[in-house]
Order: sequence, then structure tokens, then C-alpha cells
Amino acid sequence: MKYIDEFRNKDLVQGIIRRLGDLAAPALIMEVCGTHTMAAARFGLKSLLPAPVQLVSGPGCPVCVTDQYDLDKFLALGEQPHTVLASFGDMLRVPGSHTSLEKQRAQGADVRFVYAPLDAVDWARREPDKQVVFFGVGFETTMPTTALAVKTAAAAVLDNFTLFCVHKTMPGALGALLAGGEVKVSGLLLPGHVTTIIGSQAYEFIPREFGVSCAVTGFEPLDMLLGVEAILRQLRGGRPRVDNVYRRAVQVQANPRARALLDEVFQPSDALWRGLGVIPGSGVKIRGDYAKFDAQARFAPILAQVPPPPPSACRCGEVLRGVLHPQDCPLFDKACNPSQPLGPCMVSSEGACAAAYRYER
Amino acid sequence: MDNAEDRRPKSEDQVLMNKTENRKPKTENRVLLSHGAGGKEMATLIERVFLNCYGPPDYAGDDSATLELGAHRLAFTTDSFVVAPLFFPGGDIGRLAVSGTVNDLLTAAARPLVLSASFIIEEGLEIEVLSRIAASMERAAREARVAIVTGDTKVVPKGSADKLFITTAGVGLVLREGVSGGAVRPEDRIILTGSVGDHGAAVMLAREGLLEGAALKSDVAPLTELIIQLLEAGLEVHAMRDPTRGGIAAALNEIARQSGVSMEIREDEVPVNPGVAAVCEALGLDAFMVANEGKMLIFVAPWDADRALALVRQNPYGREARIIGEVRSGPAGRVTVRTVIGTARILDAPSGELLPRIC
Repeated sequence: MKYIDEFRNKDLVQGIIRRLGDLAAPALIMEVCGTHTMAAARFGLKSLLPAPVQLVSGPGCPVCVTDQYDLDKFLALGEQPHTVLASFGDMLRVPGSHTSLEKQRAQGADVRFVYAPLDAVDWARREPDKQVVFFGVGFETTMPTTALAVKTAAAAVLDNFTLFCVHKTMPGALGALLAGGEVKVSGLLLPGHVTTIIGSQAYEFIPREFGVSCAVTGFEPLDMLLGVEAILRQLRGGRPRVDNVYRRAVQVQANPRARALLDEVFQPSDALWRGLGVIPGSGVKIRGDYAKFDAQARFAPILAQVPPPPPSACRCGEVLRGVLHPQDCPLFDKACNPSQPLGPCMVSSEGACAAAYRYER
Repeated sequence: MDNAEDRRPKSEDQVLMNKTENRKPKTENRVLLSHGAGGKEMATLIERVFLNCYGPPDYAGDDSATLELGAHRLAFTTDSFVVAPLFFPGGDIGRLAVSGTVNDLLTAAARPLVLSASFIIEEGLEIEVLSRIAASMERAAREARVAIVTGDTKVVPKGSADKLFITTAGVGLVLREGVSGGAVRPEDRIILTGSVGDHGAAVMLAREGLLEGAALKSDVAPLTELIIQLLEAGLEVHAMRDPTRGGIAAALNEIARQSGVSMEIREDEVPVNPGVAAVCEALGLDAFMVANEGKMLIFVAPWDADRALALVRQNPYGREARIIGEVRSGPAGRVTVRTVIGTARILDAPSGELLPRIC
């Protein structure tokens, strides 16, 4: 397939590996995006890197960073009559405190999975007697598609579609993670998909304020190795900056249409992250004009009754901060596996534990 | 949890976890869709419920049972078909119902003889639709060289079933004894008769109305001629499995476990049609885990591998056949993939349902 096969070319990969060997220096590089984590595991990239260069996963799996309390609240809406819980498929098996979408569906709740958030608007239009609630999970990559869903619902004057908005924005979270100083990363492989929307300029503060090298990176083996190479070159030169090695998709500036759509529907807000807590300005909420589509407002009385999550043995939070490697978690492949997950990282298609379990055991 | 595990000192994590466990409501004990997806959950369900009650003591985990009858050995199997939509590019539920059971008989190195066909029909289904499906079954049976000799018809009220479910059972005559998922040996070569993921990808697109124009076609086909030819040539075939739900990932893992061997698969030898590859990239699926309905994995002794491959390739359903890897001794049950860039990784049995990812 074009733009895929070229970036999985064995000879080119070998060439970069040789160059990495010459550049090798101790470096802890965080791959920020969950898709990077999966790709690295699926292609066995860690085994190709020179020994002093290590990859660690970051907070870039959108399903995983969704806070347990938010998930519990969304799941609670499934017990309401005539309510459709609409979600991306990744959420299906993520365990809430007491149930999951998969289990709710087996109990008779109307749980449906979208290919695009507009599917959920379609359901609302066709089934006026149902309340369709879409679980808006994801970073800047998916936010424009939910913004469009809200706009479409508004244009169609639907009063039975709402968005349960738990979207998060990437730059703020990275800032909080680096400011915390818990993990001493020397470089970040930045998420290519997110950056197609916000532009590589959004990360300029990272080398400036934290002295950490950055490379905006695509998702094929060659892309990721080029990202590692860019970071090692920056480390050698001693001048951290934001390199863009995903030029076939990413520009310096934000995508203006997507940006305008986001600004029209959403406004910045604080957000609660699993493992990271509340990070100021790292989320969005629905703007005033569209406030009637806000599920958290419409169902506030019901949501207020949902108790806070009980303590859990799951250590996904540490995995998301890059402090704990999945294999070092005492639950990994013992109490926690994809059939009996204790946390989201084990079942999300971008989860670090899922990647380690599936490809690296 | 067995007793030995119970006696172990409990760490804080375990104590916490047990507390969480106790709070779980009874919903844990319901059948989920993932229990039917052909992966780990299904294996667990079968073990816990069915084998626990009536499993034969010598249950081997193969797709067909084999039974002694006088001087002969028979293969016996059954399969239910619930595909939606009933008609999809490349086939329909009728062709699927014949091919699925025929291919399961073939995995026991048996010549398929007769089939039964039972229909659960939702009230309101057009009779014309049923007739088209019956005609398709007749064509598939003729191609597979089996007769459909008995059956059953039930109609259920609207909403109690989704249009039409078909169950077929089949009997075949075992041509070679001992061909089983448990009979694979180190050094065996693994032949795959063609591209992977075609059926699952085509049906998914047809069901969701996605990517119209992707021009994918299900591979659904009975492989009678291809397999019988191979068996009659006297080649040393040790095991066969049709990689249906769960794809080749599920089938290879099953056999690796059954035979207590490991396997290494070369990713670049596994054919994937460009359309299927595109769908998998777009939806975040792994073609190795997507269903096939007209393919066979054949485990053959190394000295017969090239001849077997040449024979398979003579058949129209085997033109793209490849040797995709080989069997190694231990660690038992481990399947690894040599990736296109030359690294090694695990090929795990699938878990959960096939769902599109978030981005």
C-alpha cells in the first residue's frame, strides 16, 4: 500500500539502524502517542535500538487517560430508559468500577459503536424517542469530528443528542508531565495524528521551557526510527528543538478548518486525567451556544448520584506517566489480562499494557 | 483459583483486588459477544460450560470428531451460521453454511459425504430470499461433492432471530487417520492456501456500509477438491485447520498449544489483498485476526512441503498458496512473527471483538 510499504522497507530500516548506532548515547525517549506504542511493539522496534536508547510509553492513549469517575458516570447513564450509549469501539471492554459497556450491553443496555461521531447524530435523528449520548473521548485528532457532530445536531435542532465531553488536549498534559519531573526523559516522539490538527508550533514551549528534544513522528517503523534519529542528533548537538519528521502529514501551523471548528464548539477547560490528576487548561468543554448538547449538564441530577470510584489495585496511572513499565506491574499477565482487564491500558487498542501483552511477552 | 494459589501470602494488591472482586455484581456471569468471537473468551466458555458437562474424555480440540464405525472411521461436525447481511460480496449465508462444515470435515482428512441443514427463520423473511439461499447451497454442495440429506425448519416470531440462522452438520469418511491439531511436529512446514482476511473484511464493510467501492470479496468456498487431491497424493500431512473466526492468529495458536510446539511465521510470506490491507489499516484491525472461509492452514512434513505446495497451487483456490513458516520445538504454544522489517514479535490469539479503533 502506498505511503505504508515504503515506510516498512527493510533495507531503509537497516540503514537508519546503522546511523543510530553511530549516534547512540544514553537517552530515555517517550513515545507520547498510543499508536506509537502499538507500532513499536508490533514491529519489535525496541530490539533494533542501540542499548543506551530506551523507549517509554507516555500518556497518549485517549481511552486510558479517561478518568475512572468520568467513565463510571457515563456508564451510569446506560441504566436510564430509552438511552443509547454511543462510543468509539475502543471503550467496549474498559472496566468501570462496577461494569463496562460490554457487560452493560449483555444486560440489555442499548450500547452502540460508531465509526464516526456523526453516526450517533444519525441515530438520534432516526430515533426521536431515544436519548443518544456520545462519549467524546480523544485528543485533538478526534475532537473536530465530535465538534462536527455537535454542530450537525444543532443544525438539525435535535433535542435528543448530547455529548459527554471528556476530550483532552496534548500540549498541556506534556507540560504537566515534564514539570512534575518524575521521569527524566531526554526526548519526546510527538503524536503525528494530533499534530496534523494543532501544528508542530504547539510544542515549541517544550524545548524552550524544559530543554527536552522533540520530534513529530508518524506511525510506521521508518517514521519512528527517523524520530529517534532526530532526537539523538539534537542531543548530540546540545540544542533541543521541535523537528518534524512526519512532513507528509504535518505542518508548522494548525489546520485552519479544524481549528475554527474546535474554537466554534469548544472552549478550553481544566481536565481530569487518569494518573495525572487535574491539569489546568488540558481539556475542553462545550461553548455557551451549544451548551444544550452537554450531557454532563443535561443529566447532572443523575450524574450527581454516581459515587466516586472505590480504590483499585490497577496501576495504569503510573504506566501512563512512564514511571512503570507494563511488565513490571505485579498484576501484568497475572490478575490482569485482556480477557479480565483491571484497567484500561490492558484493553485499549492503544494501551501500553495491551501492546506489551500482545506482542512482547 | 486453585488451593495452592489460595494459600500463597496475599500482597496488598491482591487483597485490594479481592475486595473489588466481591463488589462486582452478578453481571460477570453473562454471555458476552466476545464469548462468540473465536478467541480466548470462547475457548474459556467452551471449557467451563460444555466440556465440563459432557466433553468426551479424549477431546482433542479439533474441528471434527472422529468415530469408529465397523471397518471405517467417520468424521462428524456441526456449525451454525448467523452472518449479517445474508448476502455479501463473494457469497451468502447458504454457501457459507455448506463450505464451513465441509472445510471442518476436511481438517480431519475426511472426504465429506452428507450434510444436514436446519433453518431458524424470522417471521416475515421473503420466500424468494430463502429460495435464493437454498439454490446457493445446492451449488456449493455440488462443488463440495456432498449431498444435503436431511434438515429442519423452524419459524420464530419477528424479533426473535435476525432474518435467518442456518445450522449444518456433516459426516465424512476419514481417508487418513491421525491428522489432528495435536499431531504437528517440529520442522513441519506451514502452508497457507491463499490471502488472509478477505471474508471478515468483506462482511464488515457490507454490514456497515463502509468504504463502498473498496471491491472486497469474501473467499467463502468449499476446499474439497484441493484437500482430497493432497491426501490422495500420499503426502505426509500432519494437521489442517481452516482459519475462520479469529483468523490465522487464532488457528496457529490453537495448534501450537494442542501439539505443544512453537511456530515462527514470516509476515512477508502471508498474502494480504491490498483492499483488505487498506481496510485493516483504516479500522485498526490486524489481518491475521480477521476471518477466512475458504482457506486452509496445512502442516506438512518438511520433505513433502514443496510437493504439497505445488499441488495446492494447481487448484483454483490455492493459486496464491505459500509456505508461511515452520514449526519449532517449544516453548509450547508460542507463535512468533518475523516482521517485514526483520524483527520478531509474538502473534497472540485474539481477544475480544473486532472493533474499529478511535483514531
